[in-house]
Amino acid sequence: MNKIIKYVLLDIIKSKIVIAYTLFLLLLSIGLFNLGGSPDKGILSLLNLVLLTVPLISIVFATTHFYNSYEFMELLVAQPINRKKIFMSEYLGVAFSLSAAFLVGVGVPVIIFSTGLTGLYLVLTGVFITFIFVAMAFLASVSTRDKAKGIGIALLLWFYFALIYDGIVLFILYAFGDYPLEYATLVMTALNPIDLGRIIVLLNLDVSALMGYTGALYKSIFGSVWGVAAAFGLLLLWALIPVWSSRRIFSRRDL
Amino acid sequence: MITIENLHKSYGKLQVLRDVSVAFDKGKVVSIIGPNGAGKTTMSKCILGMVLPDQGDIRMNGESVLKKYVYRSQIGYMPQIGKYPENMKVRQVIEMIRDIRKNASIDDELIGLYRLEEMYEKRMGALSGGNRQKVSAALAFLFDPQVLILDEPTAGLDPIAAEILKGKILKEKKKGKLILITSHVMSEIEEVAEEVLCMVDGSIKFYETIANLKMRTQEDRLSRAVAKIMNGGNTP
Repeated sequence: MNKIIKYVLLDIIKSKIVIAYTLFLLLLSIGLFNLGGSPDKGILSLLNLVLLTVPLISIVFATTHFYNSYEFMELLVAQPINRKKIFMSEYLGVAFSLSAAFLVGVGVPVIIFSTGLTGLYLVLTGVFITFIFVAMAFLASVSTRDKAKGIGIALLLWFYFALIYDGIVLFILYAFGDYPLEYATLVMTALNPIDLGRIIVLLNLDVSALMGYTGALYKSIFGSVWGVAAAFGLLLLWALIPVWSSRRIFSRRDL
Repeated sequence: MITIENLHKSYGKLQVLRDVSVAFDKGKVVSIIGPNGAGKTTMSKCILGMVLPDQGDIRMNGESVLKKYVYRSQIGYMPQIGKYPENMKVRQVIEMIRDIRKNASIDDELIGLYRLEEMYEKRMGALSGGNRQKVSAALAFLFDPQVLILDEPTAGLDPIAAEILKGKILKEKKKGKLILITSHVMSEIEEVAEEVLCMVDGSIKFYETIANLKMRTQEDRLSRAVAKIMNGGNTP
């Protein structure tokens, strides 16, 4: 498996998109840390931008990479290699290279400008989000042979999790404002990895004081070590489920 | 060596293979013929595990190959249209496959005969169709496999390259290998194969030796003999 990952990584490095992505993140984080007065403000603005761009770039890059590697995979399935191995090598190759870009682009500036638990959470969240959205991209890619359709599904997924979902949540909160919704919002947060990541970081910033009752509930849950561990556990599930199901589809379909 | 039992496969509503059962022994060159869309390529891809059959079983040396992969170390496959990563160089592709299958024995005769070293630094995407076929052929024979599946191997090759390939096929046959060739060129089949498997509409029309076919139809050329059977309903 390591050998195949090696060739996947070589292919990705050659395309130079990952390098451009690293530079983009680096510029973004250094810029934001220098713009805001305190590192906390920097983290907050960085969080919002990271939660918008990292899923988008991960999902689009991974989908196009999958379709572009079709020939590579076709070449390998005629060899004595397990199909699952080929699939996991592709997944890990893409996820590792994008995470490495994120670690260099955001992780290094965070260490330089603000050493603290919040920064660590931000970096961890970003890495998890990368793995999750690469997994979703692969799920979109194995569900159809048509490249345009696959990228369309991937973009829709991003739209849903990054924008539409929050709209739905706001609508529900507004429509059912007369009822106690604290636990309902908790569940709704768990159903979207981007929101989950945002809550993990936000609750470690001072702004969480502004979030009212729900914020207080969140704080009591996510404020503890166990709460944060549970939240990261949920993020892990968000990555594992799409990986597992797309691997299953990939090993049972015709090539 | 390879046994196919009651193989069924359909792509959506289109039935490609209907109840195909056949056994291939080693030391033989079997030519698979039939009109376009008869299921020849699908059957070879089923043997390779690239296409998963809906029903039925494929056995190699008595063991089912479905959902397995190690058996593929014994199969060399030359696809009809070789698809390769466009921006990899010829050398990189060959080295990668060799790197992945490190412990296999190597037979790089075709690399030498086709002088592939001269185009090692070219990208796969920049190769002509014929040169790409040469790479496919070299890769199929590279690990000295017991079974060779060649899907229209000479289509696109120049006459000299085709001759080299035919010579290689006959040489490997003498080593006791099983070689399956799908082809439309009857004169070529007569040169290398001794048995013909004819498929029509996803099922087997006949499977017998060329000598037998000629005797039965009383023709001295394979193309005429096959045409006679296909048109006349002269089935045994």
